[in-house]
Amino acid sequence: MSKIMIGIPKALLYYKYGNLWITFFEELGCEIIVSPNTSKKILEDGIKYSMDEACMAMKIYMGHIYYLIDKCDYILVPRLKCVKKHEKLCTNFSALYDLVSNVFDTNLIHYNIDVDHKEDEFYAFTTMGLSLGFSYRKIVSAYRLAKQKEKLLKEREISKQKVLIASSTKIKILLAGHPYNLHDEFIGKQIEKILEENNIDIIYSDRYDDKYLEEEVKVISKKNYWTFNKEIMAAISHYQDVVDGIILITSFPCGPDSLSNEMILRNVKIPITNLIIDEGNSDTGLLTRIESFIDILEERRKNHE
Amino acid sequence: MNKEKVISFPHLGDYHIPFKFLLTKLTNYKVIEAPPITKKTIELGSKYSPDFVCVPFKYNLGNFIETLENGANVLMQAGGGCRYGYYPEVQEKILKDLGYHFELLTLSDNDSITIKSIYHTFKKIDKRIPLYKMVYYSLLTILMIRYMDNIDHYIRLNIGFEVEKNSFIHLKKEMLTSFSTCKGYFSLTKRYLKYKKKFRNLAINKPDNCLKVGIIGELYTSMEPFSSYFLEKELASMNIEIKRFTNVSYLLYQKRLQRRKNLRYINQYCKYTIGADGIDNVYRAKYLIDQGYDGIIHIKPFGCTPEIGAIPIIRKVCQDGKMPIIYFSFDSQTSETGIKTRLEAFYDMLKIKKG
Repeated sequence: MSKIMIGIPKALLYYKYGNLWITFFEELGCEIIVSPNTSKKILEDGIKYSMDEACMAMKIYMGHIYYLIDKCDYILVPRLKCVKKHEKLCTNFSALYDLVSNVFDTNLIHYNIDVDHKEDEFYAFTTMGLSLGFSYRKIVSAYRLAKQKEKLLKEREISKQKVLIASSTKIKILLAGHPYNLHDEFIGKQIEKILEENNIDIIYSDRYDDKYLEEEVKVISKKNYWTFNKEIMAAISHYQDVVDGIILITSFPCGPDSLSNEMILRNVKIPITNLIIDEGNSDTGLLTRIESFIDILEERRKNHE
Repeated sequence: MNKEKVISFPHLGDYHIPFKFLLTKLTNYKVIEAPPITKKTIELGSKYSPDFVCVPFKYNLGNFIETLENGANVLMQAGGGCRYGYYPEVQEKILKDLGYHFELLTLSDNDSITIKSIYHTFKKIDKRIPLYKMVYYSLLTILMIRYMDNIDHYIRLNIGFEVEKNSFIHLKKEMLTSFSTCKGYFSLTKRYLKYKKKFRNLAINKPDNCLKVGIIGELYTSMEPFSSYFLEKELASMNIEIKRFTNVSYLLYQKRLQRRKNLRYINQYCKYTIGADGIDNVYRAKYLIDQGYDGIIHIKPFGCTPEIGAIPIIRKVCQDGKMPIIYFSFDSQTSETGIKTRLEAFYDMLKIKKG
């Protein structure tokens, strides 16, 4: 019997759960195909297959799905309604599964997390494994291993960042935003490149230890209920004492961000700029804004010395 | 110094009447209505709102600013659902930064409106409100909303065919003032029956094969006529029978009861719920096709996330059922002429299709 081929689009939640998924399917003995970094072609395909008002990250996601069609047996499209009790996610994540299955004609794996209705991550992984025909024991051991590896990789990244913060004397900028915006070739990577050229150390908001998340969120917002936005807020309030400035990255027109950003911008005490990226963005405009922001930070540092 | 408390709330269609009724009966605060929505309201609201927030936020904020100028110092906001649940905190922050002094109360707790959260809100207003009184007037208000929605339903079916111009609107105004002075269940029901009879007696000239159109979409733009640029009025002037699903009684209780049934009805398209009214709208699209309607109008504010998730599915449903559908996306800058032109073109198409 040939191996099952699973396609994982490298967009949206891949940047959060990618390691977990890949290890899980590798342990089960599936073949995995991960779509390449976002290219111009992928973005254009995505725009063709999505609504004009959908956010940039969603359009990119649809492009990745289009790339994977006919290249694999199943595509992993997660449906996440709620990952923490009494909290919510952007409704795009709960619509994702049905949206993709209606737009494209392809096989999808059922992967559903809804903690409020007693369907947690472990349950999602077992139903997913069972639907592919693996034994329960194999699934559990693969899930445990994947979880361990995910934790290890995350801790490594966080400790690397800690070392960087402690040792660096250069100007440090916190790149804050959803992981799928920060690490995407067309959204975050552009900004990263400009910052690196200007000799600046970058701190990422998704490399953050969420041990004191609840207390740290309260500094910025008391009633926010979007899990991913709370992580950004907590990371900002955690790092705002050690960095020189914050760049807040948003893809246009993100629903939860439109309100959360307002709270962040009004409550943060250090220089902060909000870059809103959409598919018609000009590189020069971005460059000018970032460079002038860096100038402000440099001036500020001089004055403090 | 203990200042007199003046309470106010944002507008939503005609529902300010039952809500004001509830607040005056339950609390000893002075209740004022926000000034009616005008162009100025939305200008004020957009000025202080985040850039790409959805339009209801801007309307609500505009209402708040205008009512604060009129002397309100306690504001009420509902909350719950999608982004709407996070409105109160951001609006409070924006208004406080503008220098207003007030207290903001929310009906929702965390992210959903429950009986418990409403109870706690009213306890916050006044600890001495007895429970029986709260239950009595809440149910009375819900009944009033239900009666209003029933009448509205009848109006929507027939307003396009009225013989005497504006007769429906005048009678509705009369009914609402009469409702707002009712004393209890008996007097409310008596008034409802009286006006129901009056509405049935209004002369209409309705052909058998008139055009029938269903309005689906996001709740605020459906219920607040100003935000949809009086779309329903426009449709009525074209002699079209209108069916609209969203109203407050739907949101209050029908939605919860129907969720499972709706999901079963559309199980060939959807497996999961989408959030807010997403799944309901897919259901409605299918329902309208099965009922033999002539067209669907989908309305939403710009950037409404649940609807953006639902639209590709609705599009598929309509393609399968060969149903004409038009999408409107409203923002604070939408041009009224553009909407009219598109609507007229849609009307012409429906007419030709019907033959």
